[in-house]
Amino acid sequence: MFDQLFYSASWSDIEQKIQSVNERDIQRAIAHAGHGTPDDFLALISPLAAEHLPALAEASRKLTRKRFGNTIQMYIPMYLSNECQNICTYCGFRYDNQLPRVRLSDEQIISEAEHIKAMGFDHVLLVTGEANKTVGIDYLEHAVNIIRPFFQNISIEVQPLDSEEYVRLIQAGVYSVLVYQETYHEANYKHYHPKGKKSNFTYRLQTPDRLGKSGIHKIGLGVLLGLENWRVDSYFTALHQHYLQKVYWKTKYSISFPRLRPAIGMESPKYELSNRDLVQLICAYRLFNEDLELSLSTREEATFRDHLFSIGVTSVSAGSKTNPGGYATLPEELEQFEIDDKRSPAEIVHVLKSKGLQPLWKDWEKVFSFSE
Amino acid sequence: MLDKKRDNLTIAGHVFHSRLFLGTGKFSSNQLMSESIKASGTQMVTIALKRVDQFHPEDDILEAVKKLDVKLLPNTSGARTAKEAVLCAELCREAFETNWLKLEIHPDPKYLLPDPIETLKATEELAKKGFIILPYIHADPVLCKRLEDVGTSAVMPLGAPIGTNRGLETKAMLNIIMAQSNVPVIVDAGIGRPSHAAEALEIGADAVLVNTAIAVSADPIRIAHAFRQAVEAGSIYRSTDSAPVSDLAQASSPFTEFISSL
Repeated sequence: MFDQLFYSASWSDIEQKIQSVNERDIQRAIAHAGHGTPDDFLALISPLAAEHLPALAEASRKLTRKRFGNTIQMYIPMYLSNECQNICTYCGFRYDNQLPRVRLSDEQIISEAEHIKAMGFDHVLLVTGEANKTVGIDYLEHAVNIIRPFFQNISIEVQPLDSEEYVRLIQAGVYSVLVYQETYHEANYKHYHPKGKKSNFTYRLQTPDRLGKSGIHKIGLGVLLGLENWRVDSYFTALHQHYLQKVYWKTKYSISFPRLRPAIGMESPKYELSNRDLVQLICAYRLFNEDLELSLSTREEATFRDHLFSIGVTSVSAGSKTNPGGYATLPEELEQFEIDDKRSPAEIVHVLKSKGLQPLWKDWEKVFSFSE
Repeated sequence: MLDKKRDNLTIAGHVFHSRLFLGTGKFSSNQLMSESIKASGTQMVTIALKRVDQFHPEDDILEAVKKLDVKLLPNTSGARTAKEAVLCAELCREAFETNWLKLEIHPDPKYLLPDPIETLKATEELAKKGFIILPYIHADPVLCKRLEDVGTSAVMPLGAPIGTNRGLETKAMLNIIMAQSNVPVIVDAGIGRPSHAAEALEIGADAVLVNTAIAVSADPIRIAHAFRQAVEAGSIYRSTDSAPVSDLAQASSPFTEFISSL
């Protein structure tokens, strides 16, 4: 389990270490490009490394093209439910927010799936809040069974589950599970998640281990950027990923970059992550590990996204709706966070092609997802 | 000029005039891929089933390759076990309408290194089902013989980890494989420069398979052409009795002069 390694490093020590990075550390990290250590990653996210940003970005671009080719994977989120028992202080779906709660019925799920399929997507990400009684393993497994005929590749971003529950979902055809720690700052984690099952920091921290043991194809990691010092939080994410890859070596890993966005009833971000910071973070992950899939959502602004397509990200969403039923069946006022890049998939494809990047709608065969 | 008859390669009864095979991943567009394939002069390209996309026929890799005059070699990239590979192979046979198969089983998504145990199992099973199998493997001479025993049609040992462009880092093992193989040996993975491809043929490989070095270069069409020329040069060399490499002086020395008086 990751706990042991996690508790061997203290938040304040890492904070201190990031501040005391020197030029030699950065040069060493660049020399290890593609196969770095967590210490290399730490050097690359330091304020000092930001001074080398153009060089880091070019190195990241080259490594990404070598490893992933001139291609970008296309995916789209599909929200199944906004029911939630948690009170995450930054989230629009929080329990005490007064908003109409929706859980898609079978007919609605099919209607959404048909609509998304018609948009061209074959890789879909299913998203829910955390409401174990109504949107628990039975609902999720049932939803995956309904959705499976439509798509080649199904990922989920739902509440942390037990090992046996993950096994059930994998057998139903789930390829990848995204689970964000939100923050690795244990004391403050409890402040942001005061109630509900999510208040259990350790259970969440051990989730990727449970996933690895269940034999999942891909694990998606990340933190909510803006909650705490993003540099320290990202260091722990890299440490976590580095550990997981050594133990669960058959699994692929992806990193997402959710930046805090305005949502109803949320606190404003304490630690803002600038666009420049985000570029540095993406490049740092790429130079740390050339095999990491780096995913970019429509939370980011269009022009900025266009630049990021070239320098390190490997999968992008387009035309996203962040409310259950948002594509075909229900209106928009229930969204989890506001979309910034509202361009259609066709527009994004046009941009990618103009940059010499081939959009991949399909890069998986479902026979691999549930043959074991 | 290349003496085509003399330099032909035969795999499972099929004759190839070119000893260069191409991968189809990583290109920035299908058009560039098609142009590169033409420039390479290859007669066989490999395509991952997972990339075949019937819902986007205008962007589909298989549709694009079908327009070219090349043999299709579907591959099982994505399979982690023999069982997955066998299921994938059946789908490949249907989608590509061929029983040729590049067998790839890599449970390790980081280095994409092939699993020798699962590969042997799958080859045995697929050979019984009538597939023409070209398995991607480590440069392991014993594994190559075991694969021959269960009916492989060729072997595809790696020169270096896939995508690394590092050349023939497994040369010592490749030499042994070539010395004792009864099936064609195709060096796959790691070939980053035309000189690597030429070297593989010079040391006795029957063919090479190249992808990353062409697809992600600044000018894939030109680089494809460069690989074509290198492979042709290597093909001529491998089929010609060439001057042996020697460190020994040819002239006699004072110590050997007595021999002429004997």
